[in-house]
Amino acid sequence: MNMMNFPAFTMPENSDALPISERCDSNLARVLAAGEFAVTGELGPPKGHDPEEVRSKARLLLDCVDAANVTDNQAAVVRMSSIAAGQLMMDEGVEPIIQMTCRDRNRLAMQADLLGAYALGLRNLLCLSGDHQSCGNHPGAKNVHDIDSMQFLRMMKEMRDESRFQCGEEIPGGGPRFLIGGAANPFADPAEWRPYRLAKKAIAGADFVQTQLVYDMDRFREYMKRAVDMGVAEQLKIIAGVGPLKSAGMARVMRDRIPGMSVPDAIIDRMTAAVAGIDTENKPERSAAWRAEGIKICIEQVQEIREIEGVAGVHIMGIEWEEAVRPIADAAGLLPRPVIEA
Amino acid sequence: MIVAEQKPLNEIKSMLKGYNKVLAVGCGTCVAVCFAGGKQEVGLLSASLRMSTDLDGEAVNVDEAIVQRQCEKEYNAPLEAELEQYDAILSLGCGVGVQSLAQQFPGKRILPALNTKFMGYPAEHGVWEDRCQGCGNCVLHLTGGVCPVSRCPKSLFNGPCGGSQDGICEVNQEAECAWHVICENQLKLGLFDEMMEVQPAKDWSSARDGGHRRIVREDVRIPDEEKA
Amino acid sequence: MSTDEKVLNADDETFVPEVVAFCCRHCAYSAADLAGGGRMSYSPSIKIVELPCTGRANSLEILHALEKGADGVAVAGCLPGTCHYIRGNTQAKHRVTHVKELLKTIGLEEERTRMINISAAMGAQFVAEFTDFVETVKALGPSPLSGETGNTRTGS
Repeated sequence: MNMMNFPAFTMPENSDALPISERCDSNLARVLAAGEFAVTGELGPPKGHDPEEVRSKARLLLDCVDAANVTDNQAAVVRMSSIAAGQLMMDEGVEPIIQMTCRDRNRLAMQADLLGAYALGLRNLLCLSGDHQSCGNHPGAKNVHDIDSMQFLRMMKEMRDESRFQCGEEIPGGGPRFLIGGAANPFADPAEWRPYRLAKKAIAGADFVQTQLVYDMDRFREYMKRAVDMGVAEQLKIIAGVGPLKSAGMARVMRDRIPGMSVPDAIIDRMTAAVAGIDTENKPERSAAWRAEGIKICIEQVQEIREIEGVAGVHIMGIEWEEAVRPIADAAGLLPRPVIEA
Repeated sequence: MIVAEQKPLNEIKSMLKGYNKVLAVGCGTCVAVCFAGGKQEVGLLSASLRMSTDLDGEAVNVDEAIVQRQCEKEYNAPLEAELEQYDAILSLGCGVGVQSLAQQFPGKRILPALNTKFMGYPAEHGVWEDRCQGCGNCVLHLTGGVCPVSRCPKSLFNGPCGGSQDGICEVNQEAECAWHVICENQLKLGLFDEMMEVQPAKDWSSARDGGHRRIVREDVRIPDEEKA
Repeated sequence: MSTDEKVLNADDETFVPEVVAFCCRHCAYSAADLAGGGRMSYSPSIKIVELPCTGRANSLEILHALEKGADGVAVAGCLPGTCHYIRGNTQAKHRVTHVKELLKTIGLEEERTRMINISAAMGAQFVAEFTDFVETVKALGPSPLSGETGNTRTGS
């Protein structure tokens, strides 16, 4: 792959922007505004309608994250609506970050659902393009993509800051004041483009971004340096994604099969070494050893990430392993979470 | 050109159930160039149908015809004299061709033998790629001559998504990431600044979303009194 | 032999398949001459069609021969890499493969068509290749399309 030579870029001044705490009155906004190192988690709604599944997962995250993402048909698989699950989660005392994709809704549905979400008391939003439906359980679905994730960010910013619908019409009583987030993948290609895309998300209207899982610390440092040099990190809260590995196999699959992921061999070697001496037939013990090592690696990563200039927090993704979030946050010295009065 | 491909033989056979005498009509324009509905393909499909229905013991007579441009009624007109003897017409035209036959010969069963895929580019002999969806509001001047509406599965307008790797699209390992190519082209053209502009939400009213589309050009229209 | 006789003799040792051979004049056609000159014998029911190159053999002609009742159709061209027109024999091979795919959907045995590669000097090889093809077709029996069935085949 040829290197691309991108011209130098500096973020335009944005001196009249409101401080984050005045853009939105969510807990996450207050934590970020106070300059505290934020911790977010993630909750995947069930492939059914049992509210207890959401509640029990929410309780695992209670008091160890500032807010947690609720995924929206993640991997293009139908699940309980992120807004409904967000409400259930909020009832358990965990602040949700509603994910919404451009794949499933046009601009009418997006705005309508988000007005509804705001009315329910949901305050944080993550604007995503969405995984392609071909990787999910309804590959014959028509995708929408009326607007893209950048235009989604811009639409939400205009709703909040100008009280206007996307069409330009005024929103009676003012627009919903969401904390607006986006996703960023420092490891996708073209690699040189990635810091620019981050800047573009900030220009479009993102208050914060959460990144793809970071395992390749060298590449992430390089990315963050570019973000800081461009002046992006001053205007955008960058939350680094981390997640405990469950096995050496999972690490290899992430390295080899998932586009836009980078997992260094050293991590895979550590996971492999974790089960040295354990009989291959002894599956429970191997699994326990892998998970212990996965958590250990994750804790070290959180500690390393905290030292990187421009990083505003960590997004701990325990994929179907929400129990792992608390020990990681605890051992990394992130507990208790700060309580900041509104 | 319009790129199409033949439907599976069994699907065509099931459409023909109950008809004894069928005329397969090809088209000598786009679908001939993409080897889907030209003279040769009409011959292959007709022979395949004759042979296969014969083997099934329900032989269907399939005759063959070709018109130069099935989407224009003047070219189809000579077919009219023969149509009476056929129970159905199997069109190997694109969707436009099938519809012009249906419009021109009301009351005649017109069956589509092709699936019309896209307006495409012959990337190499035997390989065609989607290049245009007819969105009615061209942005190619902003995207280095590469169409993000047709070539990006998410129709993104503001740069490559997080699934672009080594220049390949995460949705299709055979396809290049359109935005990767756009980045390269815009850089070569010295137009990178345009990529940092947040492109506003597209107005899709010019696409099929805006309702059935029609173009009227009075300057080339033939006045009613001059029409034959 | 008429098609009726052929059908009557279907289960008989005397069934002689009708085979069409599209032969390139630079190789297979000359090889057939050589075999004849050398008094080597091969199935008398092979109908040889001389082509300037197997690149001229088109899928439609192969299919039409089968539609009209041929029990087998072979395309015999030069050895790989020796086509006088560079890639006529490779194209022919692709077309035979395409016709095989069509035959599968039509419901006829794909073994009824075959690509053979041979040089002008290979008279004995010509006999061996065609004997093998005729044996294969013979084992399949007469083509179900060779009898008098309902299809009047108006189209071609």
